[in-house]
Amino acid sequence: MVSVCFYFQVHQPLRLGKYKLFDIGYHKNYYNDKKNLEVLQKVANKCYIPANRLMYHLINEHPDFKISYSFSGVLLEQLQQNYPEALQSFQELVDTGNVELLAETYYHSLAFLYSKNEFDEQVALHRKKIKDLFGAKHNPKVFRNTELIYNNELAKHIENLGYKGILAEGADHILNWRSPNFVYRPIQTNNIRLLLKNYKLSDDIAFRFSSKDWKEYPLTAEKFGSWVSSVNGSGTNVNLFMDYETIGEHQWASTGIFNFLKNLPKEIKNHPDNNFATPSELIKKYQPVAELDVHNFVSWADVERDLSAWLGNNMQKLSVGHLYMMEQEIRDSGDKKLLEDWRRLQISDHFYYMCTKWFSDGDVHKYFNPYDRPHDSFISFINILNDMEIRLKKLKAEKANALSAPALNAPMLSAPRLGKQIFDRI
Amino acid sequence: MFGWEFPPFNSGGLGTACQGLTKALSRNDIEVTFVVPYAPDALNVDFMKMINAAKVYGNIKNFKIKKFDSLLAPYLTSKEYDERFRLAKLHLGDANYGSNIYEEARRYAEAAKLIALSDDFDIIHCHDWMTYEAGISAKEVTGKPLVLHIHATEFDRTGGNNNEYIYSIERRGFHAADKILAVSNYTKGKVVYHYGVPDQKVAVVHNGLDFFEETFHESEFELKKHFKTVLFLGRITIQKGPDWFIYTAKKVLEKDPDVRFIVVGSGDMEQFIIEKAAEMGISKNIIFGGFMRDKDLAKAYKLADLYVMPSISEPFGLTTLEAMRNGTPCIISKQSGVSEVVNNCIKVDFWDIDLMASKIVEILHDENYRNALSYHGREESKGVTWDVAAHKCIDVYNILIANGGQNG
Repeated sequence: MVSVCFYFQVHQPLRLGKYKLFDIGYHKNYYNDKKNLEVLQKVANKCYIPANRLMYHLINEHPDFKISYSFSGVLLEQLQQNYPEALQSFQELVDTGNVELLAETYYHSLAFLYSKNEFDEQVALHRKKIKDLFGAKHNPKVFRNTELIYNNELAKHIENLGYKGILAEGADHILNWRSPNFVYRPIQTNNIRLLLKNYKLSDDIAFRFSSKDWKEYPLTAEKFGSWVSSVNGSGTNVNLFMDYETIGEHQWASTGIFNFLKNLPKEIKNHPDNNFATPSELIKKYQPVAELDVHNFVSWADVERDLSAWLGNNMQKLSVGHLYMMEQEIRDSGDKKLLEDWRRLQISDHFYYMCTKWFSDGDVHKYFNPYDRPHDSFISFINILNDMEIRLKKLKAEKANALSAPALNAPMLSAPRLGKQIFDRI
Repeated sequence: MFGWEFPPFNSGGLGTACQGLTKALSRNDIEVTFVVPYAPDALNVDFMKMINAAKVYGNIKNFKIKKFDSLLAPYLTSKEYDERFRLAKLHLGDANYGSNIYEEARRYAEAAKLIALSDDFDIIHCHDWMTYEAGISAKEVTGKPLVLHIHATEFDRTGGNNNEYIYSIERRGFHAADKILAVSNYTKGKVVYHYGVPDQKVAVVHNGLDFFEETFHESEFELKKHFKTVLFLGRITIQKGPDWFIYTAKKVLEKDPDVRFIVVGSGDMEQFIIEKAAEMGISKNIIFGGFMRDKDLAKAYKLADLYVMPSISEPFGLTTLEAMRNGTPCIISKQSGVSEVVNNCIKVDFWDIDLMASKIVEILHDENYRNALSYHGREESKGVTWDVAAHKCIDVYNILIANGGQNG
C-alpha cells in the first residue's frame, strides 16, 4: 500500500523597496508595491488560477484525489487586496472537501529561531486568517514551518500547541539509512507524527522536470507513476512536497507540466495498491515505524538543507538579530502599524535576498532576487530598521509628553511582556 | 588646458578642481580652452547622465571646451578600461579607441598635437597623468611652455602599490615640464622625493572652493534630530581610508551606541566595507548613502554633526573645505594637503583610531565645541578660494612667458 501525499507551499513575500539615506525618518512606504503587485499578478495568472483549475478538474474526475496546501498569511492578504478572483478560486477548490490546509507562521518567518512568543502569536494569527477565509471547519491539525525548517525542539513545541503532525525535509543526513516513505515520531514526543519529504521524487517534478540534461527527460506521468508504485513493499507513503509555483511558474506551461499532472492520478491509480492521502489521513492510517532524532535545524533549501540560505553570512545574521532585538520595544509602544511593519520585516525572503552563496544555488537565489546585489537589499533593510527606530523614539516622546500633561486621564495601555535576547539562538 | 573630466561629467574631486580653477582664471581675464576626453553617450550610463556641456558652459566668458572622443575617464583602472573598450565595440562597432588604457592615453597625445596646432595660446596646462603625454606632444609641436598640475600621484592613489607604467609616465612628464604645480606641500614633497624632481621646479597652488549656498528646510534633517551623525564622504577606495572610518566607528560605539555613521560615495571597497561592518556587528549604525552629487552632497554635509576625512594619503582634500563651508565640524587626516591651509578643525593621524574616536565622542557631546568649530571653520574656509589659486597660476604663466618658456 502506498499513499501519495501532495503538499504545496503557497507564498509570495512583501518585497521591500529601495530605502535611501534621505528617506530615514520620514516613514516612507517600506514596500515595493509595484513589484509586489506585478509578481502577484504574474504568479496568479501563470500558476494559481490555471493550477487550481487543473486540481478542481482532477478532483471531479477522481473523487479520491487528495491534496494539501499551506498559505502564508502575507500571501492571503495580498490576494484579498489585489487579486480576489485568485483567492476565490482557492476557496472553491478547498470547498470540494478533498483539500487539507496546514498551519504555518503568518509572516513566513524565522520566528521560531528567535522568539517563541512571537512564533506562537504568528501561528495563532495564521489560524485565524484560515478560518476567516476558508470557514470555521478548517482547523489545521498539521504544521509546517517556514521553508520546512525543523528540529526536535520545534516538534516538541508544536506538539505542546496541540498539533498532530509536522512536515520536514527527508534529508539524507537526518535519515541516514532510513527511508522517507514512512511515518515517524519525533524523539521525546508522544502524540505528534513526522512526515518527511521524498526529495528525490519531489525534485524530479520541481527542479528536473524540464531539464534536458537529465537522463530521465522527458518525464512522463506513466514513468513517474511506476516510480511511485515501486515503493510498494518498502514504504507506506510518498510525500511530494513542493512550491505551488512549480506548476506554471518555475516549470512553465510550455514544459508540459500541466499535461503531466493531468495524467498523473490516473497513472498512480493504475497500481491497485496506490491511493492518495492528505497529511492528517496519513497520520491516522499509519503507525510510526521509529522515532527520529533531528538535533540540528534542517530545511528544504539549497544543497546544504540547512539555515545557510537565510543565515549564512554576517549581513543576514545582523539584520535578523537587530530586528528581533527590537521586539520588546515594539510591543511596549502599543502601536499596531509599527508591530505589523516589524512583522512584515520578518518575512524570511528578505534575508534570502542577502545570501552571498554564489555557487550551485546562487542561480536560484538570483532568480528570486529583486535586487542587483545582496548588499543593496541589506542596505535598504538596515535603513528601514533605522527609520523604525525613529518611529519608536517619537512614540516614546509622545508618551512622555502625554504623561506630563495634567489634563490626561486616559487609561494606560499595558503591553504584554514578551521576548528575550536573541543572539544566542543559533 | 588638458583635463580628464569636467562637471557635470565628473566622478570625483579632479573635475571639481578643474572647474573651480578654470572659472577663476576666466574671471581674471585668462582665456582657457579646456580639452577633455569625452566618452560616447552609449557608455556613459555607468558614470552619469549626459547633458549638453555647451548648454552648461556656454555662458562662461573666456572659456571654451573641446571634446576629444575617448574612453578615458579619471580613476579608471586598466581593467575598467578594458570593460569600457568591450562595451564600445559592442555599441559602436569598430571604433578607433586604443585597445588598452595606455594606448588610449597615447592616442589622446597624438590628437593633442592637432588640437594644439589648431588653437592659439601661450601656455599648456595639464592635469594628472593621463594628460601628460598629450601635454608633451603639444609642447613638441608648438614649443609653448608646459605646466603640469598634480592633483594626485600614483603613490596617493594606490597607497604605495604603484603601477610602474603610470609611474613612468608621471616621471617623464615631470622632467619634461617647465613648471610643476602641486596642490599642497604634502604632494610637492612626494614629487621631490619619489620622482627626483628639483625642489625649485615645483610651486604649490592650494585648491580653493567656489561656494554656492544650498538652502534647506530644517525639516529635511529628521535623522539628525534623533541620532548623532558622523559623515564619511568620498570614493570608497583605499586612498580615502573608509576602513579606518569603520574601525573608528566601532570604538566610538563602545562609548556611545546611539551614533549613526553615514558613508556617502561608491568605489571598489564598498562591498568590503559593508561586510566588514556586519562582521564587527555594527551594521545598524552604519548607513550607506551611495553615490551623490550637487545638492544631495550639501544635504549630506548638513545632515552630519561631524565630518571625518581619514584619508591615508590626500594630496588636497576638497571635501574638507566643502564640509566647513556647510558649517560641519571636521576631523581630518594629517596626511592631507588641506590641513596646510585650515586650522579650525581637528587634525589626527589616520591610523590613530583611538585619538580619532575620543575626539569624535568629545565633539559629539560638547555643543559649544561643535558650534565653535562650525562657525570658525566656515569663516576660515571662505578665505580659501579659487581666485587665490588662479592668481598663483597666472604668476607662474607670466614668468614662463617672460622667460621664453624657461623656468624662472
